[in-house]
Amino acid sequence: MSAALVPASKNTSLPVSQDSDSSASTGLLTIAPAREESAAPGWFHARSEAAWAEFQNLPLPGLKDENWRYSSAKKIELADHSPAAAPSSASIQAALAATEGLKERTARFVFVNDTLVESDTTGLPAGLVCVGFAEALTTHADVLQQHFMKGEQSLGSGKFAALHLAHVKAGTVIIVPKNVVIEKPIEVFHWVVGDHAAIFPHTLVVTGDNAQVSVVDHYRSLEGEGGLSIAIADLVGGSGSKITYAACQELADDAQALHLSSITAGRDASVKSFQVQLGAAFSRSESVSDLVGQGARSDMLSVSMPIGEQIVDQRTLQRHKAPHATSDLLYKNALYGTSRSIFSGLIIVDEGAHYTDAYQTCRNLLNSNEAEATSLPGLEINADQVKCSHGATSGPIPDEELFYLKARGISDGESRKLIIEGFLSDVIERFGNSEVLDTLVARIDEKLERAV
Amino acid sequence: MSLEIKNLHAQIPGREILKGLNLTINPGEVHAIMGPNGSGKSTLSKVLCGHEDYEVTSGEVLLDGENILEMAVDARSRAGLFLAFQYPHEIPGVSNANFLRAALKARLPKGEDIDAVKFYKTMYARMDALEMDRSFTSRSVNEGFSGGEKKRNEILQLMMLEPKYAILDETDSGLDIDALKIVSRGVNAMRSENRGFLVITHYQRLLNYIQPDIVHVLKDGRIVKTGGKELSLELEERGYDWVTEEAVAA
Repeated sequence: MSAALVPASKNTSLPVSQDSDSSASTGLLTIAPAREESAAPGWFHARSEAAWAEFQNLPLPGLKDENWRYSSAKKIELADHSPAAAPSSASIQAALAATEGLKERTARFVFVNDTLVESDTTGLPAGLVCVGFAEALTTHADVLQQHFMKGEQSLGSGKFAALHLAHVKAGTVIIVPKNVVIEKPIEVFHWVVGDHAAIFPHTLVVTGDNAQVSVVDHYRSLEGEGGLSIAIADLVGGSGSKITYAACQELADDAQALHLSSITAGRDASVKSFQVQLGAAFSRSESVSDLVGQGARSDMLSVSMPIGEQIVDQRTLQRHKAPHATSDLLYKNALYGTSRSIFSGLIIVDEGAHYTDAYQTCRNLLNSNEAEATSLPGLEINADQVKCSHGATSGPIPDEELFYLKARGISDGESRKLIIEGFLSDVIERFGNSEVLDTLVARIDEKLERAV
Repeated sequence: MSLEIKNLHAQIPGREILKGLNLTINPGEVHAIMGPNGSGKSTLSKVLCGHEDYEVTSGEVLLDGENILEMAVDARSRAGLFLAFQYPHEIPGVSNANFLRAALKARLPKGEDIDAVKFYKTMYARMDALEMDRSFTSRSVNEGFSGGEKKRNEILQLMMLEPKYAILDETDSGLDIDALKIVSRGVNAMRSENRGFLVITHYQRLLNYIQPDIVHVLKDGRIVKTGGKELSLELEERGYDWVTEEAVAA
């Protein structure tokens, strides 16, 4: 029996205790991170080790934890997953074959099980840094030291963030110098392959003054039971810069996903972030926007379409720390079957953050009587001259809309599809990039075909 | 070939609204149904289209011989029945063009699609006829449209779908005289020997612009009088009360 439970980790050179039978049986809870001796700076090793200790010490958030209301941290089954093993060449080939990227792109990275297997950076303009995480640790350690996981995990996933920091070795670091503008997206694919494999992809985007960049992360499953992605994206927008970021989670139906994004918008910076949650049995996103500079703007967008028994769990925080800043959140969920969505959003306007414009809207379209959407909007205003609004709606497709389309000869299924596409369209249009959108709409259509 | 309504009875829970309605519309004919509020005019149009709020308790509706009461809402439309809604619904996020394309595509064999170039050419020509701005193609269906724009959009759909039988449910309600003229022009352009119309209205005014061949009076769920277009003028002048009396006397 114990033979079947030997961990997938191939690293033997580490001073990890050899009681692998017991550690294997509890997966990520006890399998120590495998850090190869590398040129990574000492501070990184120290933080990573400290994070492993922190992970082990922190309790799993309980049912009474406000940040996990209507959800459960146990949905992320740490004990059942192990760090993804290095991919076989067959898996790499299969993943590359399945990676259909954008035609119009600046660069593309493909990771399989947290191993960089392809990078195409021929389109990068001079001066722009866009490298794999492992490489950045040696070549741009200073930027990492300054910006890597600096934000506090205020939405409930401190333990998972610590686990991420303990294991992280893959992802991209993108540093856009002052005045460098790229229009076409940098596209990053994160594939997970093998039974109960866990990946910890990281994305760090730092823009200089008036720079502009667009990044799309894809999280996908190739094959294997289960699968877990604990991903973190840190987006740091310098003065007057523009960042567009999309996290498209399309993992297998039996996978679990956690995506923690932390947005810092400096003076007159504009950051647009987009959460697309289409896959996984349990998918949780935590998005924090810190508006730290005057005139900063953060657009927080999301679409999800849970079907079957999928659960989508969304937590957001718009934190206004400077005056004259704007944050505008629009989350839309179209639910089917017995799926559930939980949205919990908070706007905090600090003292002194006058002339804040902060908006938060969550809309849920229920396509089945058994689907359930929970919305928990919140406001905390400590400044004057503030324009804030929050609203949440949930309801089925109005019968009269459906009747109208059917009365024109459009079948029930096709009518529902049109209405749901229409429902999601304003979020998608606000994101802007037309090729990303077309691809996304096609993926949503595919999922609708399955759902309707 | 005809749209034949035979002894149609329909109800909402607890109340019968149509109480044995008989009417035959032949291709090429324009029938008008007039009647006081609550006589069952709008119920008739919804029952014909298959609205689920209404239950048909007896009777038949044959579209060129086929009983459409056994068909789903969308199948009735594809069989050639069209309803211009009194209150057209808004469909947020679905563009008018995509909506019309989907409706036309639904009429093609599975897997086939419409010719986009031809589609836009036809649509633009018909929009021009209805004095509709091109921007209406990309706007969401009926969203933010004025009353008159919604009615024009209904007629645009009629023109694009080219049904065998079209029902216009109080298409004149809420229209100013200019819009009424434009809408009527669109309808008249669609009159043909292959197409039958049923024009439901509360006001005689519309029938000055869409001239009916036959006028019926609907009262309490039944057709109580049928005549030529002069009947509508008489109704305008004398109201509906006398018709009932005559029917009762008869």
